[in-house]
Amino acid sequence: MRFLPLVLANLRRHKWRSVLTTLSVALALFLFASLRSVVTTLDANSRFGAANRMIVQNATGIVFPLPMSYAARLQATPGVEAVTWANWFGGRYGDGKRFFANFAVDPESYLRMYPEMVIPEDQKQAFIRERTAAVVGKRLLEVFGWRVGQDVTLQGTIFPGDWTFTIRGVYTPSNRSIGDDAMMFHYDYLYERFQNRVTPGWFVLRIADPGRSATVAKTIDDGFRNSSDPTKTGTERAFQAGFMTMWGNVRLLMGTIGTAVVFAILMVTGNAMMMSARERTGEVAVLKTIGFTDRTLFVLVMIEAALIAGTGAFMGLGGARALYGLADTNVLGFLPGFHVSDGTLVFGSGIAVLLAVASGVVPAWRAARLPVVQALRKVE
Amino acid sequence: MALVEIRDVHKSFQRDTQKIDVFTGLDIDFAEGSFTALMGPSGSGKSTLLNLVAGLDRPTQGTIAVAGSPVSAMRASELAPWRAQHVGFVFQSYNLLPVLTASQNVELPLLLAPLSKKDRQERVKLALDIVGLGDRADHFPRQLSGGQEQRVSIARAIVADPTLILLDEPTGQLDGKSSQEVLALLQRLNAEFKKTIIMVTHDAHAAEKAKTTLHLEKGDLIEKRPSGAMAAL
Amino acid sequence: MKVPLIYNVRSVMQRPVSTAMTALGIGLVVAVFVAMLSLANGFASALARTGTPVNALVLRRGADSELSSGITREMASIIAASPYVATGTDGRALVSPEVYVVVAMPRPGHDTLALANVVARGVSERAFDVRQNIRIVAGQRFQSGRAEVCLGTKIAGRLPHSGIGDKIHFGNRDWTVVCHFSAGGSSFESEIWGENEQFMPVFRGDVFQSVSFRLRDPAAFDEARRALQGDQRITVDVHRESDFYREQSALLGTVLQFLAVMITSIMAVGAVFGAVNTMYAAVASRTPEIAVLLTLGFHPRSVMASFLAESAVIAAAGGVIGCLLALPINGLVTSTTNWNSFSEVAFAFRVTPMLLLWGLIFAVVMGVVGGFFPAWRAARLPVVQALR
Repeated sequence: MRFLPLVLANLRRHKWRSVLTTLSVALALFLFASLRSVVTTLDANSRFGAANRMIVQNATGIVFPLPMSYAARLQATPGVEAVTWANWFGGRYGDGKRFFANFAVDPESYLRMYPEMVIPEDQKQAFIRERTAAVVGKRLLEVFGWRVGQDVTLQGTIFPGDWTFTIRGVYTPSNRSIGDDAMMFHYDYLYERFQNRVTPGWFVLRIADPGRSATVAKTIDDGFRNSSDPTKTGTERAFQAGFMTMWGNVRLLMGTIGTAVVFAILMVTGNAMMMSARERTGEVAVLKTIGFTDRTLFVLVMIEAALIAGTGAFMGLGGARALYGLADTNVLGFLPGFHVSDGTLVFGSGIAVLLAVASGVVPAWRAARLPVVQALRKVE
Repeated sequence: MALVEIRDVHKSFQRDTQKIDVFTGLDIDFAEGSFTALMGPSGSGKSTLLNLVAGLDRPTQGTIAVAGSPVSAMRASELAPWRAQHVGFVFQSYNLLPVLTASQNVELPLLLAPLSKKDRQERVKLALDIVGLGDRADHFPRQLSGGQEQRVSIARAIVADPTLILLDEPTGQLDGKSSQEVLALLQRLNAEFKKTIIMVTHDAHAAEKAKTTLHLEKGDLIEKRPSGAMAAL
Repeated sequence: MKVPLIYNVRSVMQRPVSTAMTALGIGLVVAVFVAMLSLANGFASALARTGTPVNALVLRRGADSELSSGITREMASIIAASPYVATGTDGRALVSPEVYVVVAMPRPGHDTLALANVVARGVSERAFDVRQNIRIVAGQRFQSGRAEVCLGTKIAGRLPHSGIGDKIHFGNRDWTVVCHFSAGGSSFESEIWGENEQFMPVFRGDVFQSVSFRLRDPAAFDEARRALQGDQRITVDVHRESDFYREQSALLGTVLQFLAVMITSIMAVGAVFGAVNTMYAAVASRTPEIAVLLTLGFHPRSVMASFLAESAVIAAAGGVIGCLLALPINGLVTSTTNWNSFSEVAFAFRVTPMLLLWGLIFAVVMGVVGGFFPAWRAARLPVVQALR
């Protein structure tokens, strides 16, 4: 627009003020995007779950295992196509500071159950063949500097002692919500050493018709209700969602902080705009004398506010998106697939608009309503 | 018909609790092509009169017409574009926006007209040449002397080719030499380009450059005297 | 010659809105700072207070949490017979072998698969004496041989139907709630306690998870540890109870603190920018006054100090506002999962006077940092130009 040079010139009047204010907006929106992404990532992960997979766990609690004999009964349940099982191992590597999930699985059936874990075929076969083999997520190779073919030793916490595995395969998740830093080894290897104490931690089922998940769950749970190990069966999605609630009231916390951040930045921007406005009453009077209408002046001030908010938003939101995308963040293994969603970008842009309006409206209104004659008299 | 017709104008201000009457029934005409100096002590209403003529302020009573337009009766939203087209205003100080160059300052009134960038730039160049500052087009106000700043202001005042040029104490903050430059320019604008000029001043020397001098005292027109060579006699 | 403070005070009052906005911006940063650190504080102190330095906790060797540990009856007897175990007034050893499991309890207001993992601890009746600060606040202790449980005050508040006399269901059995107990704000308050002998058959079979005992001589902890860990009949690790629980909270506690610092740092930068803007504008608008001060003979250093003080005071006011904003959070109970024990811990936000003081200091630092360059500029004002 033809008035743009005027607006830009005004911003350049106090270069540092404009720069600092824009940077404040950028920082605030970067923070906002980061906080909101924690929530959106948790939500996305909680919604992860193939519609045709179900989890069977011990009704008493997730830490309680289930008898191996259940496998056959589950396979025989109408609607169930495939069954596999796993056991949480909870081993530590090195000094144990870097947490990662590791569990014992039934190799063939487990990998078939989770096609999202993409492994080269030869590695997959090597893993299945060798009892002491392990498959690791590709991130673990980076984190620990492991190579395929290397022996790694974990310290058992639930199953004490040193456990050595040979890495035969590396998986890459095709779905962001599956972590890329888990490790799986043979269930039989665990059973060998701890025969009395090892039974499956949970079962995973594939059902033929996702629409019948509720029926299947009821059949299974009713069947085991009166046994010594009653079951709780649910879709994988519900299971994941339950996991996510364990984070506690993260949403509220992030939301509250986010609000505080936005308000704080509103103070900063509004203040800067008001200061600029106060210094320019004389000039506004001159412009009106030349013939600029009230409305034009209102718009000019609003554009100024919009430029600051807009540039800051671009830098802050764009920066967050780029940073987390490039760095492929995983936040210590707890938030796989951490990234800034499109929704967050939209929300953040909305805040920028709000910021522009709120910080600009009072100075713009005052500029528009400035009584020229009074202003001139003060000036002369 | 005179270019500016002021009929029975009353104007009063409210300052704190006091009501101050500036004009109580003022009648003046300004002919087209005239160059008038308005003099008088402070509080006599000179600046107020200028504001009324420009449509920046409204009389409490009476009418003001400029080039046939009933300025005193027009709405604020109509006055702004009218001013852009018909009036050029020069203040004692605070004229130029410090963040813009000389040519950008001069361009300002043209931004309000439907002109292409090329047209605007042509007119700006012309205006700056007239005031003799064509070579300073890209300088910022802080790089200009006081006299040069005022001349740029005058360039801005004429760039839209207005009917009327109003100046409020244009040489008030200038030294002798700069004042001479500015006044010479005004005389030229009046003589050569036939601009109608009303200049408020308290400087008798400045007033001498005008064709006519009006004295205002307490809101009343005291004297109307031709200035310059004839007054010296 | 010092610039009189009244000059700054009056000048600040000339720009009330601008000053208020700057102060408020800083205030919000301080509020977030205090709130987040009180969250980390609350969590850490809940876990830290869970253990006492006069007790020792014995787990199976290599286990990193009570959950993954296993101690047989034999091992428990051997430990109880150790000379390092204190005896109570009745002459019996102050020792409590315990069963530790995490059970799935329904979370109020969520669907059936959103379960809270709650710690269920099967204790010996000595536990109420061994573990410190346990007080029954309602009802009576469970009796031996009965399916009775006591609930910590925090978990009682979060489970449906958990009043005295109500029945709760877990581990395939119904249990009658017979008492509520408080534990000095520690994580025990998030636990369900019952008799260890009752829990054993229901859960893990004939094995305890931990043995907790009072040290006869707390100063001799290292000796006790060496003796027990060196004993060939048992394979255990001995921890000082307070150290153990503090370490349990280490990961999450560190994460919370890290988050607090990161978030408030970023916010602080923004707020400092705001302060810089305000002070620059203040200096610019008061240039003639500064010139006069310098002409009168005030030392440039005094002028600089004066502006720094002004900035610091505005910031301090903001700090006070921030502390007031964060204060109501104190005592608010929230919960999260302690990933080490895989269980829910409920704890209260903990705002301490120390934390508030840190908040104020933080505010003043922001003010001084923000005001520095403008104040410096004021001091170096070229007087002659300013007076023109």
